Amino acid sequence: MSLLEVEHVSSFYGDFQALYDVSLAVDAGETLAIIGANGAGKSTLLNVISGLFPNRGGAIRFEGRLIDRLPAHLRVEAGISLVPEGRRVFPSLTVRENLLIGAYRRRTGRWDVPAVLELFPLLAARSERRAAVLSGGEQQALAIGRALMANPRLLLLDEVSLGLAPVIVSQLYAAIPQIAAAGTTVLLVEQNIEQALAASKRVCCLLEGRIALSGRPADLSRDAIVTAYFGI
Amino acid sequence: MEWVNAVVQGVLLGALYALLATGLSLVFGVMRMVNLAHGDLATLAAYLALVVVQATGVNPFLALPVVVPLMMVLGYLLQRLLLNRSIDHGPLSPLLITFGLSVIIQNVLLDVFSADSRGLDAGTLENESIHLTDQLAVGVFPLLTFVVAVVVLGGLGLILARTQLGRALRATSDDHTAARLVGIDHRHLYAVALAIALGTVAIAGIFLGIRTTFGPSDGPTRLISAFEAVIIGGLGSLWGTLIGGIVLGVAQALGNQVSPSFQLLAGHLVFLAILMFRPHGLFAPASARQT
Amino acid sequence: MSGPNPAAPRFRVVQATRASRVTAIGGLLLIAGLASLPAWGDAGTMNLLTEFFALLALAEMWNLLAGYAGLVSIGQQAFIGLGAYGLFTFADLAGLHPLLAVVVTAGVVGLIALVTSFFAFRLEGGYFAIGTWVIAEVFRLLIVSNKAVGAGTGVSIRSLAQFGPDGRIAITYVLALAVGFGAVAVCALIMRSRLGLSLRAIRDSDVAARSLGVDVFRAKVAVYLIAAVGSAVAGSIMYMSLLRIQPTAAFGVGWTAWMIFIVIIGGLGRIEGPIVGTAVFIGLRELLGDFGSAYLIVLGTLAVAITILAPRGLWGLIEDRYSIGLFGIQRRLVAAAPMIEAQTPDAAGKSEVG
Repeated sequence: MSLLEVEHVSSFYGDFQALYDVSLAVDAGETLAIIGANGAGKSTLLNVISGLFPNRGGAIRFEGRLIDRLPAHLRVEAGISLVPEGRRVFPSLTVRENLLIGAYRRRTGRWDVPAVLELFPLLAARSERRAAVLSGGEQQALAIGRALMANPRLLLLDEVSLGLAPVIVSQLYAAIPQIAAAGTTVLLVEQNIEQALAASKRVCCLLEGRIALSGRPADLSRDAIVTAYFGI
Repeated sequence: MEWVNAVVQGVLLGALYALLATGLSLVFGVMRMVNLAHGDLATLAAYLALVVVQATGVNPFLALPVVVPLMMVLGYLLQRLLLNRSIDHGPLSPLLITFGLSVIIQNVLLDVFSADSRGLDAGTLENESIHLTDQLAVGVFPLLTFVVAVVVLGGLGLILARTQLGRALRATSDDHTAARLVGIDHRHLYAVALAIALGTVAIAGIFLGIRTTFGPSDGPTRLISAFEAVIIGGLGSLWGTLIGGIVLGVAQALGNQVSPSFQLLAGHLVFLAILMFRPHGLFAPASARQT
Repeated sequence: MSGPNPAAPRFRVVQATRASRVTAIGGLLLIAGLASLPAWGDAGTMNLLTEFFALLALAEMWNLLAGYAGLVSIGQQAFIGLGAYGLFTFADLAGLHPLLAVVVTAGVVGLIALVTSFFAFRLEGGYFAIGTWVIAEVFRLLIVSNKAVGAGTGVSIRSLAQFGPDGRIAITYVLALAVGFGAVAVCALIMRSRLGLSLRAIRDSDVAARSLGVDVFRAKVAVYLIAAVGSAVAGSIMYMSLLRIQPTAAFGVGWTAWMIFIVIIGGLGRIEGPIVGTAVFIGLRELLGDFGSAYLIVLGTLAVAITILAPRGLWGLIEDRYSIGLFGIQRRLVAAAPMIEAQTPDAAGKSEVG
């Protein structure tokens, strides 16, 4: 039984259909990357899994349990944490307070404030600063750290690299293996194909709301990926 | 000397205005909602205390432990069952609903209690005063009011700054969608915010009821006082609201010295002046002043 | 770039619909019929209709502010009171003909509103609402402290006595008719104009409208001024009927309560709404008026319920059911070339905009 099972899930923005009958499974402990062009539906998929958007049709199972009806804040309690696109840290709270509020649901696990600050040393120096004054990279680290504070079984990362310089992106991605090693399953969404392939054990490509390609990075040819990505 | 006395009275009254304003400010901070029934809820609390006092004969202060929790529960339910739904319908909706509630509360109070002025009698406490100097006396009750107001405001400030609940309220205020992502049920938190607001409004309403007489249609005046205190002090700052209340209280007290009928107008004029020259209030946080 | 292609069809923008033409003609007939009432009707009916049309005008003004410009005002009573006291000042004190006094009052109130707008627009949303109330309170307090206008006891309008009791009622009624229909017509004209287009854009999205070059601030101030003048004129007429001006009542928030309830129940954001709302309001009052505060409790509860359950009011329900709009506000493109006559729908357009 997989940790997360998405079965034939569709999603709509009003009349516009963003996801068509998407199915995928994520096994415990693995790191899965979802790639695709802008508007392919990657973020929508994460939003549906995290509970921010409803799914119409299909089912979502987490740890064997149906979670379609579970509101977003209770999915956090169940063990799913989303690091949203655009980071969305709480600007008027300090770094430390952002981390503390991340533990709102009080799930037990190895992630606490010292552990997160050890994972992201650049945050330690800024722990009493308000999140609004942090740089983009620091905010991204903070957003990831905040999600970790909930000790999730499944961590969803939405476009970590967006708007950040490559060197910062590399630093952030260096943390992923450490997170995975601690036992967290990671589902990440990326436009940056290089990073996605390097960070993950398995990759899925979304094209216009449908899965166009799926497999292990080593097994997929460049051409196959490009075709699936751009749909040509 | 009378003027100094007036200023002192104004400061003490101002703290009560600040207490009254706290709920309005908190609710606006967390859910960007202005509760137009705010003043009427303070009046309601005074009437509830009256009922308790008349039924049991106790001192009005002893009605606090009954009325305050009752009002807090009322606030939670009001937000959860009615106002949360209205927030979904756009910014006009909560204004219209709370205005409707204001009218309903005033008329229900009028029906049940008639238009007669009532008072809460706290006994001899109301008449005692402490003499600071030969010519300067401060009433014990106004002083007590000041202390209670500062303690409540301080307590609320501590809760907001130091506790997980306070962090949750601030986080929800910043970004309620991101709040959901850390596991916060924002609808529950909105209701908690209104519950806290109604708790502080109840304390303010009862103290106001002891201080002066009250009637069913006092709500609007209370609302305006609370609102002016918030605007003078600056949105988003709890201590700003305290200063705002004090400025308003002093303005009214000085106006009263000129002529009793000038009291309210003096307060309004100071409010309008602040609006003209410092529209963000005296203590707006730096982020607000940049806009 | 080459010039326009002569072979391509040309289009024109059309707003009138069958319904709007019917409304226009029907409206004229209705005015004519109602205007003749003094000849054959009784004083009681005329007084009731006077109140109806004055309230209708107030409601249309409040609807213009809240439903179209997104400005919730709980201080329109400032201008109603000023309209009343303006009538007293210019007709009773200065001896002008009452009609002229109403016009002069309207002008003066327009200027006053320009000043108050300066303060009011420093605030937004709910705080703007309370701010308008504070402004009303300031005027009330200023009047109450001024003996020349009767201070706290109030004044009576005597300048209409020159027309005799029947004459006064008839004249006030005809004026109310003009003001009521006028308010509806003004709102319809505004909404069919560029200002109206700006307002609907602003209502849909403040930011998007701004990015397209709509001067959001100017549009809102324009609406604020129009509503102020409209409320003042309605106030003058109302007190021509009531005769006794008491500052607490004239500047009381009760007026706002009535306006809000009428517009919510009738339908916010549609010109037809206040018409339905005023009819329901007066009807309810005739039924329940004897019960005092129970009437206001019912009204308040009804307004709260409608805000949640039927946010577009009674007219909204009718509009949803029959897809109808009486005033032809929606713009449509119609081909100008005869061979491509586009099929135009009869209704005023989709229910989202109106």
